[in-house]
Amino acid sequence: MPKITMRQAITDALREEMLRDDNVFIMGQEVGVWGGTYAVTRGFYDEFGAKRVRDTPISEMVIGGAAAGAAMNGLRPVAEFMTINFAFLALDAIVNHAAKVRYMFGGQMKCPVVYRAPGGGGRQLGATHSHTPDVIFAHFPGLKVVSPATAYDAKGLLKSAIRDDNPVLFIEHHTLYQIRDEVPTEEYLVPIGKSDVKREGTDVTIVGYAQGLQVALDAAAKLAEEGISAEVVDLRSLRPLDMGPVLKSFQKTFRAVVVEEGYRTFGIGAEIVARLHEEGFDYQDAPIKRVAQYEVPLPYSRELEQSALINVDRVIKAVKEVL
Amino acid sequence: MDKETLLHWYRQMVLIRTFEQKCSELYQQGKIGGFLHLYIGQEAVAVGSINARQENDHLITAYRDHAHAIMAGTDVKYLMAEMLGKATGISKGKGGSMHLADVSKNYWGGYGIVGGHVPLGVGIALAEQYKGTDSAVLCYMGDGSTNIGYFHEALNLAGVWDLPVLFIVENNQYGMGTAVERASAVKTMVEKAAAYGMKGKQVDAMNVFEVHNATQKALQAIRKGKAPQFLEMITYRFEGHSMGDPLRYRSKEEVHKWQENDPIGILEKHLLDEKEATQEEMDQIDEEVKQEIEAAVQFAEESPFPALESLFEDVYANDL
Repeated sequence: MPKITMRQAITDALREEMLRDDNVFIMGQEVGVWGGTYAVTRGFYDEFGAKRVRDTPISEMVIGGAAAGAAMNGLRPVAEFMTINFAFLALDAIVNHAAKVRYMFGGQMKCPVVYRAPGGGGRQLGATHSHTPDVIFAHFPGLKVVSPATAYDAKGLLKSAIRDDNPVLFIEHHTLYQIRDEVPTEEYLVPIGKSDVKREGTDVTIVGYAQGLQVALDAAAKLAEEGISAEVVDLRSLRPLDMGPVLKSFQKTFRAVVVEEGYRTFGIGAEIVARLHEEGFDYQDAPIKRVAQYEVPLPYSRELEQSALINVDRVIKAVKEVL
Repeated sequence: MDKETLLHWYRQMVLIRTFEQKCSELYQQGKIGGFLHLYIGQEAVAVGSINARQENDHLITAYRDHAHAIMAGTDVKYLMAEMLGKATGISKGKGGSMHLADVSKNYWGGYGIVGGHVPLGVGIALAEQYKGTDSAVLCYMGDGSTNIGYFHEALNLAGVWDLPVLFIVENNQYGMGTAVERASAVKTMVEKAAAYGMKGKQVDAMNVFEVHNATQKALQAIRKGKAPQFLEMITYRFEGHSMGDPLRYRSKEEVHKWQENDPIGILEKHLLDEKEATQEEMDQIDEEVKQEIEAAVQFAEESPFPALESLFEDVYANDL
């Protein structure tokens, strides 16, 4: 199986879905002539034309809302926010419109829109451009939120998202575009709302997703050198959240650490810990630890920024605390 | 305009007003909850403009949305049932007064967030342009919507992409209790449209003929020139913003002055002056409408409330 980057996997997913279904189109800032600010849609403008690869003005509110409206009226838009930080401007369009229209009107309409948004910290972009605000979006029923950690999952999940009849926010961690893993050449889908065991182990369960999952895997590899066997579970989807594999693993290891790049307070980890407490209390042998970003706006200077973010050492330290 | 059409318009205007009056009554009896925004005074806008649409044209509006639903052709009994939160309501009791829609009639709904539906209307139009149809979207909003970012981004994008949208601002002089001149740096809405390449036209919207004429021309222009159009309907709401509005922001004299131009009165006078209809014919329609509304209330009252199991239905398509 060829190894490709997550960037290529996303590009391939978009292209395959556009070839499969004429109602799939792309809209967003610099998706066309420029080729995508992260080069995901390079070549698309020439291949598919201006009708299906639509450059927009810098207008997140209408990108969010018009994509939803087009989806309500039969199309399958993939709307790209240049970064998830800018999607704050479209929060109302996404959570108050795209995610509400079906329920609010008694099931009369569906809104099969995909919002793609690169995000995350670690690239020295300063406080406003480095958010990992996934939990904000994952809070609301009616919306689906996914964020892959591998090229394989990115491709399969994005294809599922485009075919899904519901609004899906697809969050791409911008430090993961260059990671590579095996991706089949034949068609496959990865279901939304299914967690996945990415590494098997017996001593401790490490739960993560996206960039946090990669940090967790790196930590697990190092722990193995010390004879500690960590099982790593990838959430992949934040809503719907699939606790099945997490609980199953916890029932085996009795100990858990949750890794996320966002803030600890009211974060993904808080939810996972609460669910483990509610649904797996009898299996708990130690306090469950959370590894998350420190509670500061992210600074520019490289070392300073890195010190605020999650890393392998912090995960290893947390694991040792629960063992 | 033939007699039959004019009497049909008259009937529609009276139906809207009677529906609203009944809603007011039911609200005061505690049978309608939440917020309730009445359309009384603005009937000529919905009736004049929606009668100018083609069947495949779409409608979308904000939260003062009962009239647009009636004009879309939805039976008032399903609207009344929604008001009462019943399972037979057009939105199955999930939406309420502000969130009526009837997709089977290309009515995409009323929306409670000021301006939030304007990009949706633009997107609905984008889908029609994409599919290559000759449908247009009639996207209604209040004057208050023209001060929010959504409005400006949506008009700009519609202009850039030449989308088939007719933006219809129902300028009823107040955004809640704040007069237009206290909320908008320019005095007219058409000035704002000009910034996005739309000429725009102000319409005496107490007069249903003026509204119909202007809408027809605008829709023709959209279909010919494939570009968005803009109408500013000068109108007035005779009631408060919503139920419970203390009405401290305008004088009784001002209200009375506008009421002299009651849109139903203007049509009535036209029908009598031109001898298109007799008072008896109109009285007959009034009576029929009254009965239709009473039947709708009875249907709503007798309908069941939604089963509690429906709470979890339609959060997602293909429920998880």
